[in-house]
Amino acid sequence: MRDHPAIITIDEVIEETPTVRTLVFSDDVMASAEPGQFAMVWVPGASELPMSVMVAMDGRRAAFTVRRLGSTSTALYNVRQGEQLAVRGPYGNSFELRRGRLIMIGGGTGLVPLMRLITCTSAADEITVMIGARTRGEVFFDGLAEHLLAGHRTHLVVISTDDGTAGARGQVTGVFEEMLRDSESADGFDAVYTCGPEPMMYKVVKLAHDMDIFVQASIERVMKCGMGICGSCTAGPDIVCRDGTVFDGKRLLENPEFGATHRSKAGVVVPW
Amino acid sequence: MNSLETCVGPITLDGPTVLASGILGISLEVFARLRRAGAGAVVTKSLSCEPWEGYPNPTVVGLGGGGWLNAVGLSNPGAQNFAEMMRPNRDIPIIVSLVGSTAREFAEMIGRFKDCTVAAYELNMSCPHVEKVGLEVGDDPDLVAEIVRVTKRDASPVPVVVKVGLGSSNYLDTVRAAAEAGADAITAINTVRAMAISAELQRPILSHRIGGLSGTPIKPIALRCVYEIASDFDIPIMGCGGISSWEDAVEFILAGSSAVQIGSVLGNGDLDIFGGINSGILDYMRRKGISRLQDMVGLARRENA
Repeated sequence: MRDHPAIITIDEVIEETPTVRTLVFSDDVMASAEPGQFAMVWVPGASELPMSVMVAMDGRRAAFTVRRLGSTSTALYNVRQGEQLAVRGPYGNSFELRRGRLIMIGGGTGLVPLMRLITCTSAADEITVMIGARTRGEVFFDGLAEHLLAGHRTHLVVISTDDGTAGARGQVTGVFEEMLRDSESADGFDAVYTCGPEPMMYKVVKLAHDMDIFVQASIERVMKCGMGICGSCTAGPDIVCRDGTVFDGKRLLENPEFGATHRSKAGVVVPW
Repeated sequence: MNSLETCVGPITLDGPTVLASGILGISLEVFARLRRAGAGAVVTKSLSCEPWEGYPNPTVVGLGGGGWLNAVGLSNPGAQNFAEMMRPNRDIPIIVSLVGSTAREFAEMIGRFKDCTVAAYELNMSCPHVEKVGLEVGDDPDLVAEIVRVTKRDASPVPVVVKVGLGSSNYLDTVRAAAEAGADAITAINTVRAMAISAELQRPILSHRIGGLSGTPIKPIALRCVYEIASDFDIPIMGCGGISSWEDAVEFILAGSSAVQIGSVLGNGDLDIFGGINSGILDYMRRKGISRLQDMVGLARRENA
């Protein structure tokens, strides 16, 4: 873990969708980040933002996957091959990997830590990856998931889009609920892992927890220091950068802010 | 039985380790965790009349050797929002840190906390990286005196502490102005103006360029300031600056601190540091035959020391 920014150079830029790119780089520290850990990524001339540390297709290099949204994420999105970034971390805890029948549910760039989690599973694990997106053009990582799961005896990649242009029509949470209902042995699932928009994660956590399935989610808050000093990422009793970003479902459901509110850069509590 | 109880003037604490301002501290539940971890009190982030976003990232950078540089920019949800969040509190000794430019602003903020349980107010006259507040106020002893007089009047009976730092004037003049205007205690010191530059990227790392240095590198400076204040003035002190272990805490107490504020070390360790420092001090007291922590305060300033 490095608290002082280390310089990295982007080796490769992959277009995932018209608004999402993956930036691949070589760095031993980031390449060995645990699934769920994040880096504070400084774009020189712009700002610094927390990014989940991704694994590249080759499984050796590290990567960040970014959607252009605000000014900093757009600056990161626009970084080209050969350009430099400065990174701190990796920070935070990681998913607790169970064995057996695992479900991973991601929305948008929330899929990033789940892809890394897949690389930690074993060929004997039975894995279902559920990818939610608004529309066909926004679906990504279906190919990467298939690639990373190629050695697994049993695996399934399920896509759902709000408009039905790819996979099932509707929200990924609806597909998940249906799957739990239809499954003859819902209690046969060993773990559910989720990352994405918080309202989505709230539903997933609630559904799984109500059926007594072990569930973890990686949540996001405003990050400034990344190491548990500044308090910007506070959510109820939890200091997200230090205590998380991965929490068990039980703890999340006990946190009055989960699924309901978050804090602005000033620390003002606002609804999602 | 050995006692860690201490009095910072009119502020009685059941333990000497206090969370420093600017660290964590924006939710009551986190304050409760810090209290369970052994903190005798917590100081809030510095609150302003209106919510402040603070500076863009990078705002914090580790320098190694327990040193940290930050220019968070006093981000805070504002006095009103904070007071509402704090209202249910009864049991946690919370010291409310306030930051502003004029006596009127401080008075307005104190008005917002009237129905809250406040252990003390700490006036931030030493933040080194925000214009028109903090050190820029602290560097003007007349303004310090005016603000202290007004806050003392409005906060009564809640004690008022003034947090000083190293600005462009003699910090002892700030202490004198605060003490003469009736401040109940002094917190010394804040972070020290500093910067970091990336050699590779050839630019300052912090978005604000200049920030405040905290942690282990400033400990000897802070210790010197506590010793000087304790020598020159008859006013209780909370020492602050790079305290990372029970040994550090004991040194500050021997120099004249009645309590010690803990901050940057939380970037390396966990919240248990408060309890760890408390038990280290207790062991030291037993070994030295000191029954009350208060009997240690200023021991290193005795004539034959």
